Amino acid sequence: MRQVSTKDITDKVRDLCISAACDLDPDMSSALRAAREKEESPLGKEVLGQIIENFEIAGAEGLPMCQDTGISVFFVELGRDVALDGPLYDAINEGVRRGYKDGYLRKSVCHPLKRINTGDNTPAIVHTSIVEGDKVKIKIAPKGAGSENMSRLKMLKPAEGVEGIKSFVVETVREAGGNPCPPIVLGVGIGGSFEKCAILAKKALLRPVGTKNPDPDLVQLEADLLRMINDLGIGPMGFGGRTTALAVHIEAHPCHIASLPVAVNIQCHAGRHKEAVI
Amino acid sequence: MSEPVRISAPLSDEMAGKLRAGDKVLISGVLYTARDAAHKRLIELLDAGKELPFDIKGQIIYYVGPTPERPGQVIGSAGPTTSGRMDAYTPRLIELGLKGMVGKGARSKDVLDSIRKHKAVYMAAVGGAAALIRRSIKKAEIVAYEDLGPEAIRRLEVVDFPAIVVNDAEGGDLFLQGVQKYRRVS
Repeated sequence: MRQVSTKDITDKVRDLCISAACDLDPDMSSALRAAREKEESPLGKEVLGQIIENFEIAGAEGLPMCQDTGISVFFVELGRDVALDGPLYDAINEGVRRGYKDGYLRKSVCHPLKRINTGDNTPAIVHTSIVEGDKVKIKIAPKGAGSENMSRLKMLKPAEGVEGIKSFVVETVREAGGNPCPPIVLGVGIGGSFEKCAILAKKALLRPVGTKNPDPDLVQLEADLLRMINDLGIGPMGFGGRTTALAVHIEAHPCHIASLPVAVNIQCHAGRHKEAVI
Repeated sequence: MSEPVRISAPLSDEMAGKLRAGDKVLISGVLYTARDAAHKRLIELLDAGKELPFDIKGQIIYYVGPTPERPGQVIGSAGPTTSGRMDAYTPRLIELGLKGMVGKGARSKDVLDSIRKHKAVYMAAVGGAAALIRRSIKKAEIVAYEDLGPEAIRRLEVVDFPAIVVNDAEGGDLFLQGVQKYRRVS
């Protein structure tokens, strides 16, 4: 067994919170620059220019690129040969508490009914899996509400098949319009159970922008959906244009013979994913 | 692209009536911030027959909840939030004289009807461009509901705050016009 200190986890989480908020993912940065070159709408091109200028300022000045610094979502891979010296979730929450204070990030977490802010952006949402090895891998994916609120889950009938999936995904994006801050990335979960497909959709967003699923059938579906979505004409911020989505990422899992769950998790252009390995 | 129109806030009836969907604007003057939690309290005040914490006539409300400012800074990052969350409260404020709103995303039919009826205007700022927009904010002070933290009502003084007119007093709608222009029907 390898001893890992929860203090190290707290320190790493603090740093991840701040760097995720201020430094745009390099893959998203490249995708936005490429989109600005290709965009046909003059206003759309200008909006993409402002988005690019914004993340350049944020990175250079250490400011959050978006005021919605999100609810803190983590994916933790815990090696089965790791011995922790304290409670994992407490260590993560303490890191969030410190990161959001030290980084001057917005605290955006509240009681669901009373709407009273918890004041320190905790509790974090943590998805943990046990893996081989003696390392702890922590991925952070803070999520703003503008895009999260436009996400959808539907239990389709198996008879609806691929066409049903396409129309549900495209309709979700059409209804969202300018709300989720397009250009967006779509994480789509297909199959599993009610909760599994939601997690798959979120996990799909962890892939670098534009990477393809290894399954050729899903690659085709990703390409078809991206074309259909960009044909909607929503464009940057919904002002009209060719760039509505930069990528569609699908993750799939076997499901019940009577089910076809589909989840669509929308992510805005502020791609914020960072990871650390201890 | 056309040159931006410079407008001052509070907005005159004349200027609010002249703006058209698709116009780029640079706003200088005063903006008040409010999100849904603050809107809810404003409506509760009105229901109780009390006065609002600021004179709403001619004002522009900016839908924003900024990040905390570092010591010595005026404000943190401050981009627009989704306007649709305020739809339930907005027509009542427009009736009382609210002239402009800045946010992101589409408004409800009730809000659009109210904008036309009272010759108001809805504008969008670029969502997520919070570090860029911050540069146009020169002063910020809390005027009500400090307990709401980022959702408190702030009075901002802005110079050349960039926005785009989405819904104008004559029923123009940039979202509809833009999508119609670039939609491909397969």
